Amino acid sequence: MSAPPLIEMRNIYKSFGGTHAVEDVSVTVQGGEVLGVVGHNGAGKSTLIKILAGAYRMDSGEIYMQGEKVSIHNPRDARDLGIETLYQDLALADHLDAVANLFLGREIMTRWATLDGNAMEKATREVIARINPNFVNLREPVQRLSGGQRQSVAIGRALYFDTKVLIMDEPTAALGHRETAVFKELVIRLKSEGIGMVLISHDIHDVFDLSDRITVMTNGRQIGTHRTAEVTKDQVLSMIILGKQPGEETAEDIATLH
Amino acid sequence: MARPDLTTRFLGLDPKSPAGRLLGAAERAIIENPTVFTAGILLLLWLILSQLSPYFFTVSNLFEITVQAAVIALIAVGQTFVILSKGIDLSVGAILAASAVTSTMVMDAGYGLGAGVIAGIVVGAFFGAANGVAVGYLRIPPFVATLGMMGIARGYALIITEGIPIFRVADGFEILGQGRVWGVVPVPTIATLGLYAIGVFVLLRTRLGRYTVSIGSNEQATKVSGVNVPLYLILIYGLSGVTAGIAGLTEASRIGSGQPAGGVGYELDSIAAVVIGGTSLFGGQGSLIASWIGALIIATLRNGLNVLGVYAFWQLVAIGAILIAAVYIDNWRRLRRGGEQ
Repeated sequence: MSAPPLIEMRNIYKSFGGTHAVEDVSVTVQGGEVLGVVGHNGAGKSTLIKILAGAYRMDSGEIYMQGEKVSIHNPRDARDLGIETLYQDLALADHLDAVANLFLGREIMTRWATLDGNAMEKATREVIARINPNFVNLREPVQRLSGGQRQSVAIGRALYFDTKVLIMDEPTAALGHRETAVFKELVIRLKSEGIGMVLISHDIHDVFDLSDRITVMTNGRQIGTHRTAEVTKDQVLSMIILGKQPGEETAEDIATLH
Repeated sequence: MARPDLTTRFLGLDPKSPAGRLLGAAERAIIENPTVFTAGILLLLWLILSQLSPYFFTVSNLFEITVQAAVIALIAVGQTFVILSKGIDLSVGAILAASAVTSTMVMDAGYGLGAGVIAGIVVGAFFGAANGVAVGYLRIPPFVATLGMMGIARGYALIITEGIPIFRVADGFEILGQGRVWGVVPVPTIATLGLYAIGVFVLLRTRLGRYTVSIGSNEQATKVSGVNVPLYLILIYGLSGVTAGIAGLTEASRIGSGQPAGGVGYELDSIAAVVIGGTSLFGGQGSLIASWIGALIIATLRNGLNVLGVYAFWQLVAIGAILIAAVYIDNWRRLRRGGEQ
């Protein structure tokens, strides 16, 4: 019997009004593994990860962490379990600086119950130095920072705290070429540290570069999950677009994809 | 980074000429430090008025301005927190009246000074917190929630007094609004200073202050960061109710009575003070101290135009114009800072 997965989401259902956004989806993530979740807009992948992040409540289903059933009702529950999220829009308060954003919701306090600005700045400096050594203007409101610097703040926030699972929603969408390369190196380093990651991306190349397994969703349903090494990009595209399993697709199907 | 010398180039001046440099420096000051800019406007007004009238720039008249500004300045403390959180509080004038009449009624009934003061503040906190529940939990837009509360608090003040002012107050109550320390410094001025000191501490050094700004800057991000946003909205609007309550006590003490119909229009004056102080109506950005300066600018215009013998209704025109100019400057400032939208 192998060790239970770091995270297991089992038979998850979620509907909005009459629409089934997520219908009977089950995924697992091992420590040190990246699970790619791909699908069209509206396929339900964002809803799925928002359930894991505590932003949405599932209608039914179960979530297990290292074999233990957990309940996630709000973002705080998820964070307390070590589940951190890197949101597509980065979820930064633009008028606050890097330090305030990194510690938002988890400020270091002095024993007089006031904000400990010095301690937070010192800690921020250490974390950011690991991610982006060129980024030093930590006291500038983040609205004045570059896309890469802003993402460093968001990643720093996800990593500073005892992170076990990192959810990444379109992490490279706002990044330039060089910043994307830096980001990919970071993901590899996090894998070696044993962090489990869920990656959502429109960019099939990113997903193939980064993930160990890929799960495909269409219209809220799960088409299938495969080891990245065992499928081709065409097969995954076929699953996304045609909803067909690898091997089921015909030569004509492949032709329509191109 | 801010792009300097926009005005300079618009006027066709060389940015390196003395005039160009001066303009460039002024521009940067407006962008980088709105508080200094607002203070500069106030000093400029004082300078102009002192040239126009020998009665203006005297110690007693300047203190008189701080007293005239005190009630609006006190309300503006809470209003600044609310506006920083991207909200608005239209109920503060009515809450002021509700606090004033509750406090004076308690004193009228013979419960003494302490009970009166506490009752006034508790009533303010209650109405304010109710605003927070409406905005935070019921998801009513702040404009509507506090507009409704404006009616409720005003109705409360009129109902419990049957519309009749309360004239009997406890001994010593007059000190808050009329007292002078060493016979010179007005107590309302000291009270204002004290409340602003507490407000700045809360804004910069506590979670409440930090989340006030982050909610105004990005409410969704604050929520996913695990902050209990509705709870903090209750605290923010509750704080606004408390400062309106303190202003109500000050006003009742100054005029020696609790007026159920008092404080009409104060919500707009307090919003004007906050906005003239450079706090952005779009949330997340601003300065608390500058709201006091904003209240002083409004009081200075009223006082100065009075001293000059200008027909009183012109004051409304002048303050309205200043308000529009302040919002225009805020737009321009946000544009120059960039990064937003």
